[in-house]
Amino acid sequence: MRRQLESIGRYSEDVVTTAGQMAIMLASAFLYAFTPPIKFRNIFKQMEFVGVQSLFVVILTGSFTGMVLALQSYNALKRFGAESLVGPTVALSMARELGPVLTGLMVTGRAGSAMATELGTMRVTEQIDALFAMAVNPIRYLVVPRVIAGILMFPVLTIVTDFVGVIGGYAVGVKLLGINPGIYIGRTVDFVQMDDIVTGLTKSLVFGLITSLVACYNGFYATGGAEGVGRAATSSVVMGSIMILISDYLMSSFAV
Amino acid sequence: MIKIINLRKSFGDKKVLDGVNLEIERGKITVIIGRSGEGKSVLIKHIIGLLKPDEGAVFLEDQDLTSLRDRDFNEVRKRFGMLFQGAALFDSMTVAGNVGFPLKEHTDLNDEDIGKIVTDKLHRVGLVDVEEMMPSDLSGGMKKRVGLARAIVMDPEIVLFDEPTTGLDPIMSDSIADLVLDTQKALKTTYILITHDIPFTYKIADKIAMLHEGRIIEEGSVEEMKANPNPILRQFLEGRAEGPIKVF
Ligand SMILES: Nc1ncnc2c1ncn2[C@@H]1O[C@H](COP(=O)(O)OP(=O)(O)O)[C@@H](O)[C@H]1O
Ligand SMILES: [Mg+2]
Repeated sequence: MRRQLESIGRYSEDVVTTAGQMAIMLASAFLYAFTPPIKFRNIFKQMEFVGVQSLFVVILTGSFTGMVLALQSYNALKRFGAESLVGPTVALSMARELGPVLTGLMVTGRAGSAMATELGTMRVTEQIDALFAMAVNPIRYLVVPRVIAGILMFPVLTIVTDFVGVIGGYAVGVKLLGINPGIYIGRTVDFVQMDDIVTGLTKSLVFGLITSLVACYNGFYATGGAEGVGRAATSSVVMGSIMILISDYLMSSFAV
Repeated sequence: MIKIINLRKSFGDKKVLDGVNLEIERGKITVIIGRSGEGKSVLIKHIIGLLKPDEGAVFLEDQDLTSLRDRDFNEVRKRFGMLFQGAALFDSMTVAGNVGFPLKEHTDLNDEDIGKIVTDKLHRVGLVDVEEMMPSDLSGGMKKRVGLARAIVMDPEIVLFDEPTTGLDPIMSDSIADLVLDTQKALKTTYILITHDIPFTYKIADKIAMLHEGRIIEEGSVEEMKANPNPILRQFLEGRAEGPIKVF
């Protein structure tokens, strides 16, 4: 009993420490982000890494999700004779929920783990210490560009996911299931509002912050050689995904 | 020039530095020796502010470095260069990018001027035509040389070396010793090295200090240390398994 309590105690201490360190990292990243000199080259490099290199994954995920959504919602809506609502169902689900969340999860798996691996390797090979020793603040140099790239590129990627998702839905709905294209598009335009898209993009911005911060944190504080770097990559994906799902629920419940 | 006073540092329950006192003279080569895991790297990291002590102070001239805030410490750090144990080259950059990095960050020099300085420093450490190579293409000895070129690229007053010869063959170690002597002589820089390589130490040291169980137990010139009867020091310098230091 005593041992169990102790381990619960130690676990909660770890959680509090992690949250605290992460908050400090976020605060200093925020400060450095607005104090010159600002490293635009590093930011662009990271934007390319997060954005351009995730395009393929995101297009694949978005189009197949849109397609399967069309199939499933057709199946369900047909029972009420409401096949004409397949278009808006696909578009709304993509814009409000699946676009940002799937993009978040996929990019966390791809770019988040890679960021954690890169920073973790830099930590265990003393490259982060070397930055310090050369009077270059590693938060400014390494963390700030990654967090900014995350915040900027996640919404862009989400737009891509939404877009290919809607196209995938259209392809299945119109070409495969035979819904009238005019009705499909007309209904979609009728029902989907700017607000829905903005809600989704706001979410994706938060997910971008979560993913990049969690990845940087895990890499930055990695310990214990190659194994530690692997652990950092894994926990950046696990922590990142969980935080995305929880914050998604919280944001959705506020937005209702 | 540097004065370490009663420096103490523990990690959890583990006491690593237990009251280190040491004076480092300007323009000299000071070598700190000690077994692996004795806290040599921890000690050197306190000098450059990568770690904060639990107790004690590190003075550079009459400034207590341990009381400095991060931003002020960054100014002081520009007077230092450091060669890390594994060289710690940035693997995302070429050799030239690595060596020129401090210049790019801290000076207004243009790329052409930086390139000239980089080539000059690389020559100084015996490397030619390596500018465009990536660190992953270099041998261990070459990495150390590039690391040294990067450490001295800003002409620092003080250079710290963490085990510059560990992992190198004896001939390469000796060539690093020559390099240390050559680069130090040119500008009379203050060099602080940590190592457990005894032939290397004898070749370069103006002063040797031995770190053992968290303290400096003996210090002196090469001759003084060779003549010192302290059995712990003798065992270490002569590299014997039997003696007061227990291996297990
Ligand atoms: N950041 C750290 N956290 C916890 N323990 C550390 C840390 N840095 C060093 N140590 C411990 O301090 C001891 C001395 O390490 P170090 O200075 O690297 O030895 P060496 O003399 O071989 O350079 C080791 O036992 C190491 O595990
Ligand atoms: Mg060491």
